[in-house]
Amino acid sequence: MIAKLKGAYGSGIEPLTYAGQNYMVVDRSLIPEILQVLRNEEQFDYCVDITALHYPAREKQFEVIWVLYSFARNERIRVKTQIVDGESLPSSVPIWPAANWLEREVYDMFGIKFDGHPDMKRILLPEGWKGHPLRKDYGILQQDNEWVQINLGIESGQ
Amino acid sequence: MTDSNTLSHLDLETPEKPFLDANELVINMGPQHPATHGVLRVILRLDGEKVLGLECVIGYLHRGVEKIGEHRTYTMFNPYVDRMDYVAAVSNGLGYCETVEKLLNVEAPPRAQHVRVILTELNRIASHQLWLGTHALDIGAITPLFYTFRDREEILKIYEKYCGARLTTHAFRIGGLQYETYTGFEKEVQNFLTFFRPKIDEYEELLTTNRIWVERTRNVGTISAQDCIALGVTGPVLRASGVKWDLRKAQPYANYKNFDFEIPTGQNGDTYDRYLVRMAEMRQSVRIIEQAVEALPEGPIMAKVPKVIKPPVGEVYHSIEAPKGELGYFIVSDGSTQPYRVRVRPPSFVNLQALDLMCRGQLVADVIAVIGTLDIVLGEVDR
Repeated sequence: MIAKLKGAYGSGIEPLTYAGQNYMVVDRSLIPEILQVLRNEEQFDYCVDITALHYPAREKQFEVIWVLYSFARNERIRVKTQIVDGESLPSSVPIWPAANWLEREVYDMFGIKFDGHPDMKRILLPEGWKGHPLRKDYGILQQDNEWVQINLGIESGQ
Repeated sequence: MTDSNTLSHLDLETPEKPFLDANELVINMGPQHPATHGVLRVILRLDGEKVLGLECVIGYLHRGVEKIGEHRTYTMFNPYVDRMDYVAAVSNGLGYCETVEKLLNVEAPPRAQHVRVILTELNRIASHQLWLGTHALDIGAITPLFYTFRDREEILKIYEKYCGARLTTHAFRIGGLQYETYTGFEKEVQNFLTFFRPKIDEYEELLTTNRIWVERTRNVGTISAQDCIALGVTGPVLRASGVKWDLRKAQPYANYKNFDFEIPTGQNGDTYDRYLVRMAEMRQSVRIIEQAVEALPEGPIMAKVPKVIKPPVGEVYHSIEAPKGELGYFIVSDGSTQPYRVRVRPPSFVNLQALDLMCRGQLVADVIAVIGTLDIVLGEVDR
């Protein structure tokens, strides 16, 4: 399958394996198409997880990862792409409704927006919170003190 | 109420015309509500008694587990995972330890694998018992709660004797087990199985043909297999909709491939079928534990793991069949003693997404039943 995709998209896809697990790094511009192909032609009908990684030192700071599973093939694959800070990605809710909350969590934690998402807002943190905690530059003790003071009426949540 | 009562996700049509000639009613349920099994807030859109749609507001228990993971060593993070799904702490630990073992490329020795299977399956029974007790209580049957908690106690006693803790056990270590089993462990587990087998029949006697129970659960919160897959729903909910899929069989981990057991499935995907599936799962767990205790090998309980755990640069996604569904860990190592990123894919979080779809067209009282049947733990939803 990977060979077929590689044949069709050439250098935009880099298939890799680590610890016996397959994943591919896909160029940002190919993402909408690849996800669609994986769902419709390769039977990856179950979107297991969507998550991201932050590498502040890189030019393309964020890596977004889709973990997909196919019931028919009993196979997992991870799709990975790199984007710069502030860049958005197309939402995969039309492909897998399961992506809804997963994409909201990525937005909440990393500040990566998904275009076309039906309800792009925070999910775990309250509305109006400033900052995205899973970014590497967000300290582990850091919090939105202003929000805490206004909404909880206490000096600090620490 | 804020503007958050707009329901836009899942483009489903709102059912028919309003039943009553009145505006739709928006009602808030929770976050402090005895039937939401934790701090879950649900915003209901009602037409009289009928649910038109709902939205979940979560995050009240958010503790930043994934962020904490980046600031602790691999060993130090191990007890934290127990605090996510705190009624199935052993499963969380198993998933985490196995993922790190994959990164390190080590495998726990056979004796450790067997003990892990025994403790994890005991945990599945304990988790299902707690689910049954509270779910039945929500629907109005008080008795099962006393029965299940009485029997769950026996499992907790085994845990307490094994590792000193009852709930957040921290039972496993990366590479195997910290503790050898205590004297008489096998005997006690076997005694439990003998004690427990007739108890499942007892639970079933209380509920399976109980008219009130059947009326309250049959055709309530129905979800099709197709919708389950589209929404990423796993575990007993998926199986009750007729999909014979269990990670223990599909992609065996630990040493589940050595044991003989079946995957119970339902047909209708309603609350009653999910109840039956979980009851059958308890019986299958008993079968697995029985085989594991009988074939418990001698030998070491720890693989050769360095004192300081420093996996090579790489990333691994590994998942196990937790009592609630697929529990996955995605760990990225940058070669240091702390993970670069720990992502937890919690089954409760993804399953809870289906609540909206399952409740549409049902009555308000059924929302309680559906929250119960999804078997969510808010500690895991919010992390």
